[in-house]
Amino acid sequence: MKKTIITVVGQDTVGIIAKVCTYLANNKINILDISQTIVQGYFNMMMVTDMTQAPKNMADISKELEQIGEEIGVVIRCQHEDIFNKMHRI
Amino acid sequence: MINIFEVNETNKMIEQENLDVRTITMGISLLDCADENLEVVNQKIYKKITSYAEKLVSTGKDIETEYGIPIVNKRISITPISLVGGAACKTIEDYVTIAKTLDAAAKEVGVNFIGGYSALVSKGMTPSDELLIRSIPQAMACTDRICSSVVVGSTKTGINMDAVKLMGEIIHDTAELTKENDSLGCAKLVVLCNAPDDNPFMAGAFHGVTEADAIINVGVSGPGVVKKALEAVRGKDFEVLCETIKKTAFKVTRVGQLVAQEASKRLGIPFGIIDLSLAPTPAIGDSVAEILMEIGLEYAGAPGTTAALALLNDQVKKGGVMASSYVGGLSGAFIPVSEDQGMIDAVNAKALTIEKLEAMTCVCSVGLDMIAIPGDTPTSTMSGIIADEMAIGMVNQKTTAVRIIPVIGKGVGETVEFGGLLGYAPIMPVNPYSCEAFVNRGGRIPAPIHSFKN
Repeated sequence: MKKTIITVVGQDTVGIIAKVCTYLANNKINILDISQTIVQGYFNMMMVTDMTQAPKNMADISKELEQIGEEIGVVIRCQHEDIFNKMHRI
Repeated sequence: MINIFEVNETNKMIEQENLDVRTITMGISLLDCADENLEVVNQKIYKKITSYAEKLVSTGKDIETEYGIPIVNKRISITPISLVGGAACKTIEDYVTIAKTLDAAAKEVGVNFIGGYSALVSKGMTPSDELLIRSIPQAMACTDRICSSVVVGSTKTGINMDAVKLMGEIIHDTAELTKENDSLGCAKLVVLCNAPDDNPFMAGAFHGVTEADAIINVGVSGPGVVKKALEAVRGKDFEVLCETIKKTAFKVTRVGQLVAQEASKRLGIPFGIIDLSLAPTPAIGDSVAEILMEIGLEYAGAPGTTAALALLNDQVKKGGVMASSYVGGLSGAFIPVSEDQGMIDAVNAKALTIEKLEAMTCVCSVGLDMIAIPGDTPTSTMSGIIADEMAIGMVNQKTTAVRIIPVIGKGVGETVEFGGLLGYAPIMPVNPYSCEAFVNRGGRIPAPIHSFKN
């Protein structure tokens, strides 16, 4: 499994999750877990996804998600899960 | 499973606190490039570097994108050139052709620095070593990406004072030949004692003779992350302070370990070491001096600075060794002046002098680094500064280094601008009294005794 973490941070607005999830569905990226909070009016979401089935490579997916983020005025990042595991788990 | 707070913590370190992998440095042995024919040597060197490091930059960029962590520099370190060029180089100009080849190879593969235009002369100089050292000013003047280092002492061998004297002159000549660019050549030239074979950081990086044919070493940084973590424990006792630094150093090193393993796997080259060094940059919030201030000093250089730095250096190492089984290089805290806004402020406030910096080098991981001094400083005085620093390294069994820049045409009170990661620096006053008779004695200082420690 190729697990990646997608984070979305920015001003809350209608349809953020919908837009991101539509993109993921269209690109055969499976969502394993979602957590989301609003901190001081800021939308803060983390998704654990599996990209094994995705036809595109990770660099392209990152770039496209970043563009979607720009359209809705939030910052979207897509990172390999290992960077978080390494840092926070012994 | 990883939770949202942990993810946010990591991303905050990267976005707001300047956490980055400072360098992926590929060490390449050039020992097999030696030949009696200079042209053949140059061809072999160019071919070996460009084939081994062909994918270094692109691999670094791929890892950067996938993990979302900036990898600021991709670099190469090579076998000290005096060992490779010995048979072929009969003149200074011969060595300069190798320098040009290295520069061309670095540009071809897209790395920003290549380190190892070096000689190891801690006990004595061969004719080849001396030729290489004498070629440094010209080599630095006609290339852009070469870093040069000369090892003039070690705890086991003592200090080669002939080489120390020569290096005072070489630093001056390098400054003179690069004076159009504020003597920039000296920013890429370092004199070392007890130099490690596997250091990924410039300007002192070279690929030691104890190393494999090629190796991946990674340097991680993150003074901003440590500073931010310490803000949360302001006023707490030393136990809490140390614990916080260790935990932060652990996290930072783990990122380096991940990047190193990944780079090693993708390039098919064995992983060497992680160098966890708090290496500042001129960027706001990326300063070691600011950590010292957060520990409780008004400015770096105030009384207590040496103790605070000793503590910081030690905790960084303790956190780092837990995170990777192969910690090496220089690991610790760097205290360059021009590359650290907090240090520059301290110099401008007259809180920090060269003498205090010298004391700090007894407990930091390197030495007198990126210090601009007046261009008319006598060469014997520079040799004296080098000798002092080498003695600290020799006696304390640690790496020490001197990277000073006598800025030709400028004096105390003026500022010099190197640009980029090298930053800018106010020119610092140097003790005006002479050490010429001391430096001119010639010979070497014997290795220190290893018992009777006090």
